Amino acid sequence: MQQVIFIVLSLLTLSAAVMVVASRSLFRSALWLILAFAGIAMLFILLQAEFLAFVHILIYIGAIAILIIFAIMLSRGVMDPNEPRFNDQWRLVIGFGALLFVGLVVIMLRIPWPVNIVAVPADAIQLLGADFVGTYVIPFEVASVLLVAALIGAIVIAREH
Amino acid sequence: MPSQYAFIGVFLLVALALPIIGLVLAWLIRPKKPNFAKNATYECGMETIGDSWVQFKAQYYLYALIFVVFDVEAVFIFPWAVAYGKLGLYALVEMVLFILILLGGLLYAWRKKALDW
Amino acid sequence: MYYIQDLFVNIARSWTSWISGFLPLWAVSGVNYLIMAVILVMMPVLATLTLTWMERKVIGRIQNRIGPNRVGPFGIFQAFADAVKMLVKEDVIPTDADRPVFNLAPILIAAGAALLWAVIPFGRGMAAADLNVGVLYIIAIGSMTMIAMLMAGWSSNNKYALIGAFRAVAQLLSYEVPMVLSIATVALVVGSMRMGAVVEAQVVPFVVVLPATFVVYLMAGIAETGRSPFDLLEAESEIVAGYFVEYSGLKFGWFYIAEYGNLFAISAIVTTLFLGGWRGPGVSAVPALGPFYFIAKIVAVVFLMMWIRGTWPRVRIDQMLGLAWKVLVPVSLANLLWVAFVMKLPLPTALQWVLFVVGGLAVLAVALGLLGRAGRRHVASKGMVQT
Repeated sequence: MQQVIFIVLSLLTLSAAVMVVASRSLFRSALWLILAFAGIAMLFILLQAEFLAFVHILIYIGAIAILIIFAIMLSRGVMDPNEPRFNDQWRLVIGFGALLFVGLVVIMLRIPWPVNIVAVPADAIQLLGADFVGTYVIPFEVASVLLVAALIGAIVIAREH
Repeated sequence: MPSQYAFIGVFLLVALALPIIGLVLAWLIRPKKPNFAKNATYECGMETIGDSWVQFKAQYYLYALIFVVFDVEAVFIFPWAVAYGKLGLYALVEMVLFILILLGGLLYAWRKKALDW
Repeated sequence: MYYIQDLFVNIARSWTSWISGFLPLWAVSGVNYLIMAVILVMMPVLATLTLTWMERKVIGRIQNRIGPNRVGPFGIFQAFADAVKMLVKEDVIPTDADRPVFNLAPILIAAGAALLWAVIPFGRGMAAADLNVGVLYIIAIGSMTMIAMLMAGWSSNNKYALIGAFRAVAQLLSYEVPMVLSIATVALVVGSMRMGAVVEAQVVPFVVVLPATFVVYLMAGIAETGRSPFDLLEAESEIVAGYFVEYSGLKFGWFYIAEYGNLFAISAIVTTLFLGGWRGPGVSAVPALGPFYFIAKIVAVVFLMMWIRGTWPRVRIDQMLGLAWKVLVPVSLANLLWVAFVMKLPLPTALQWVLFVVGGLAVLAVALGLLGRAGRRHVASKGMVQT
């Protein structure tokens, strides 16, 4: 049963991701991207990482997708569905893409992935919180500095207009 | 826990199905007589002037950006909040530092008038 | 007698054991989920039918008039009349509108209003899915609403709809931060993100223990539902209907249902987080009383919101966004830090809660004082007449 759900969700996410690139209108690409994000969030739930799933929805769909849509609106390219979608180098691109795909499949089949037999603890979020201020406190604080740096940088760039 | 999410999955499908069923029902019932005047874009009752594309204010983008930063901050605060009861004093100190750094960012945005409309 | 004491849970159990007799396990769960889903999906519709009548009556009385009283006794069937009207109106789609997106937007926004109800506890053990991350789920569903608004505004091929959609999303984004921060404060005090745990921890309702958080969340909630005094997005004198101006018939109906569904849902969340949810006198002995207390409290909060709508004037968009970022975010952060600080003091819980109240009121007082000073300076600098 889990396999079936996994296959369905993966197909959903993959086709949404393909449509992001294949869609003619930029806004529709953004919407397909949102669907891909939703698919990934559902995959997280399948992995019993519920906090991560909702954080994913909250940040990616709730903030980053909206940022992307606003950025699309800032540029004028939204309403032009007549541009050609393929340029001359598409044969080369497909070749490299296939090569990359084969390479990744070979690598993934060879790695001995650690299989987790231990069940996810019920208080996983508490453990995560304890780790934030315990073992991983330096990345935690650096994250805040990084966020403020991003904020300041974006304001500096945006104020120049 | 998986059973709860199975319910949410079913609920999602039902919640999407309800408006669809309603709209199909309405489509069956209502009249369909499109004509030019009705299909024209609404602009306070007058003819439309110019393209239906507007100059997008950069301010919207700034609000979304500041929101991203504070959203990520809130996401960091949640696990800390639920684990807080069992942790020592260091948890408080570190979170105060975290929030103060972000408040500094907010203050910067405020002073640089990035928060004004 | 004992059956009635926990009536709703016992009915559910008896039903489940009856159908387990002739259905396999997965079908039993499936049927139960379907029934719960259908009941919960009806909540926004139910909310619209009752709350529109209530709103028109309440606003009418505040404005010294009667409100609808023709359709049925006291006008209670007014909502059905409106529903029939919306069903049979023609669906006008503007030329060059992006049809799939145009049609999908009302579906998503109505689904969002319904999905919120999955985690809300109606009584002890009566939440459809009492997720461990319940509060995060609620915030995440709000972001779905934002996307649906952008879809509606963009696909209408109408500049005013587009502007309306941008402004709506800017407003929702700005007020989501104080909302999330006040929810984080509640989660801090309770020590869990589960909605059921929040209700169980409220020996004293959090509206008393965390007053600043309540005020911030109430204001953020009113702004999230787009009601007055924050209803610039759909003010008829400003932007006609904002992002759903091109919608007609039942598609408009779904936006309308989503608005009242959201109002009802936000009131339910305020009740759960701050007013003690299903708690009330006698609930430990007779858990079946829970839902009734819950609904009564929700109606009280809804009435409060309608009262605010009828009394206060609309706020300008720059004032509104400034309020969110410059007042509510610092207030909620200050409150969060104060609560965190007090929780680490070696005092008994009751004394800590008293300190929460003191600190919360102090933060509110400081904020109001600063606002008052800023207001007076603004008036003096513009040379406006002081009344």
